[in-house]
Amino acid sequence: MTKLFTYIRESQIWKSIFRHGYPDTPRNRTLAVLSNVFLHLHPVKVRRSGIRLSYTWCMGGLTFFLFLILTLTGLLLMFYYRPTADKAYEDIFALREHVPIGVMREMHRWGAHLMVISVWLHMYRVFLTGSYKPPREFNWNVGVILLVLTLLLSFTGYLLPWDQLAVWAITVGTNMARATPFLGHEGPGAALVSFGGIDFIHAGDDVRFGLLAGRFVGEGALLRFYVLHCVGFPLIAATLMAVHFWRVRKDGGISGPL
Amino acid sequence: MHLALATLLGGGGAPVHDGPIAAGLKNFSNWLTEPTRYSVASILAVVGILYFRKFFAQVWVITAFFALSTAYFVFAFQDPNFNAIITKPDNVPIVILFASVIFFTWLALRRAVINDERTKRGEPTLEGELAKQKVFTWPDLVYTELICLILFTAGMLVWSILITAPIEEPAATARTPNPSKAPWYFLGLQELLVYFDPWLAGVVLPSFIVVGLCAIPYLDLNPKGNGYYTFEERPFAIAFFWVGFLLFWVSFVILGTFLRGPNWSFFGPFEYWDLHKLEPMVNVDLSTYFWVELLDKPRPDNAFVREAPGIVALLGYFLVLPPLFGKTVMKKMVEEMGMVRFNVFMHLFLWFVLIPVKMGLRWTVNLKYFIGMPEYFFNV
Repeated sequence: MTKLFTYIRESQIWKSIFRHGYPDTPRNRTLAVLSNVFLHLHPVKVRRSGIRLSYTWCMGGLTFFLFLILTLTGLLLMFYYRPTADKAYEDIFALREHVPIGVMREMHRWGAHLMVISVWLHMYRVFLTGSYKPPREFNWNVGVILLVLTLLLSFTGYLLPWDQLAVWAITVGTNMARATPFLGHEGPGAALVSFGGIDFIHAGDDVRFGLLAGRFVGEGALLRFYVLHCVGFPLIAATLMAVHFWRVRKDGGISGPL
Repeated sequence: MHLALATLLGGGGAPVHDGPIAAGLKNFSNWLTEPTRYSVASILAVVGILYFRKFFAQVWVITAFFALSTAYFVFAFQDPNFNAIITKPDNVPIVILFASVIFFTWLALRRAVINDERTKRGEPTLEGELAKQKVFTWPDLVYTELICLILFTAGMLVWSILITAPIEEPAATARTPNPSKAPWYFLGLQELLVYFDPWLAGVVLPSFIVVGLCAIPYLDLNPKGNGYYTFEERPFAIAFFWVGFLLFWVSFVILGTFLRGPNWSFFGPFEYWDLHKLEPMVNVDLSTYFWVELLDKPRPDNAFVREAPGIVALLGYFLVLPPLFGKTVMKKMVEEMGMVRFNVFMHLFLWFVLIPVKMGLRWTVNLKYFIGMPEYFFNV
């Protein structure tokens, strides 16, 4: 057995992938991190205080991991889902009816709830340990945008099952946009945006109409939310996550006393 | 109280026959969670916990808290109304939120108390002691991450197998469910709709939350407490965030999920969600108070004249208070922060304070709007 492992580890294929020996020496442990693009998000050495669970709560890591789970399960769900008003509900219903012990939709839904919670707790921890203070001000801001994106991802996904809960939750949520100052048709100042007696802001062109692609939550809104949920927001979030992790390293590493 | 008891005996699934202690506990829970008392009790709890933090940071306190909560849950599950709302599959995460926020708040408080004591004795903080040592990412950090990942995936799988994701009736734009609730993480904002119009609760205040969060690192110039838990080195920042996050965000999410029923009426945890529960609407505008009650005249027709008292009050609040404070009690703050930072901070802070002020005025004098101009959709 040992012989077989040695043979594999000394083969040209193995060596072409892992360009270092077994990571049990300082040199090889350093190379293990440095030569791997994913592990390279970490520095080679970290403060011992910064990796204690009682300090970090692991919430940032869990959030990222949840994002990966949601991407994977979401991708699988996309194979079985058609974002149209007459098919969407049917497809989600079929997932429950026809798949024994199906867990993809469950993982996606519970994971999405949990991701919102873990983002909040991550932000809470970062605040309580003062980790937004110089030199990490900018990264705190990236984090705030990621928090908003997480909520938007969850919000757009909320509509997709196309059941009563989904449609009415989005209706309640987007009704707020009617009241946007100047840009919503029931918002303060909207009446001022007129020219020669013609109102520019009305129910057919205000900011809510833009969000929903219509005057109510209908097929246009479903497609719009679907595209944003599956492509738009994940792309922006993934890009900002890369920035976020990079800046953790560049702005002094895992937070700890200076 | 009698309402809760009546519904317990009458509605809500299987009839329940409680003994005097059980009925008393349920009535007390329903009484305490009424929004006014709930909010005042949460404020007192936050202030009390911060003040007596040495007591609350002890291990046995949190253990006792979770033991009692578990006992309470076991007791409460017997009740059909409580059971119906807690065991909704989508509400499971809210229970997790409740437990985890309390646990982590306690953990942070405990470490802050320990660190503050160590600093007083001239010793390094818990984090400071360990920060001198550096360890290799491989294996120390990578292993922690791997173990977390595996345990977490296992937990997610078990949860997903045990509880099936719900799906309700197909979408029907003609049938409005009652209550219609936003997604749970926005229920804090939906709760604010009780006190503010949508343009404030749904657009302006959320924007200020995001702007305010972004501004935090540029407004908090206190260099202490960077990278370790503490309370005494930054009491204002911690207390402020506790009030904002724990009270106005998390506790309102819990209130909105479990205690708001049809028509967004309040229902105690053991109360049956009766569609016909009516809450009297007797709210009065500031202009009515001023013209009708105080001057004993009819309200003027011109909206701007009519609302002048509210306009003056709010302009005074936002434009007079910052320079007034800046010249007097907060003089030192202005010197440290500079005019720009100070003004940004004051305006965000005054908006924040406006929320509990308006809530308090609603509860005490039934104030509806400071400025009520439905003609222009401008109600504050």
